[in-house]
Amino acid sequence: MLILSRKMNEKIMIGEDVSITIIEIRGDQVKIGVEAPKTVKVFRQEVYEAIQSENRAAAKTPVNLESLSNIKLQ
Amino acid sequence: MEIETKAMGRVTILEKQLINLAQGFYGFGQYHSFALIDAEQKPFIWIQSTEKPELAFLAIDPFLFRPDYEIDIEDSLLAPLKIASPSDVLVFALITIPTDGGPITANLQGPLIINRENNEGLQAILTDPRWQTKHDLVAESSAGRGR
Repeated sequence: MLILSRKMNEKIMIGEDVSITIIEIRGDQVKIGVEAPKTVKVFRQEVYEAIQSENRAAAKTPVNLESLSNIKLQ
Repeated sequence: MEIETKAMGRVTILEKQLINLAQGFYGFGQYHSFALIDAEQKPFIWIQSTEKPELAFLAIDPFLFRPDYEIDIEDSLLAPLKIASPSDVLVFALITIPTDGGPITANLQGPLIINRENNEGLQAILTDPRWQTKHDLVAESSAGRGR
């Protein structure tokens, strides 16, 4: 892990195409600008974790599907 | 070919039922080969791992229960699927049936997108705040019927 300090409007480069800029610091919130090629997926960590955890919950779905028999779909 | 399934024992499947997820599902990245098998309750399907019998996801066409569903993804993120025409795209939302009796939900934030021409697929993550990981299947499908 790399740990470093940055001031407002200073950047971090990750590789040659990804840059992270500290845009604003207000209390315990930091606003960050991420510039990356469109092929690079950039997410808040919570979003990524939510999908992972929902997949784990989905994988535990029981094989008995009786509970679905009452659902009327269009 | 015959595969062992979580829900239906040994099942014979055709080549065209197989899909390949180069990145796998989030949290299950080591599994790449799945078969799409109709569940006993239509229109649900099982997305069954061909590598691990106990790994299977129940899924549904999300547009069946949310006609207003929309997927807006950067083309570059879909580039690995080599989609030639929008009509080649299949979309599935994974279903969670909790064992504690909680509501049955569909994950509209992380849909599975498949190019049915080459059977390559990926799990996308949508950034539109309308689409969450838990949409109540019963409540939202009946709410939408009046539209």
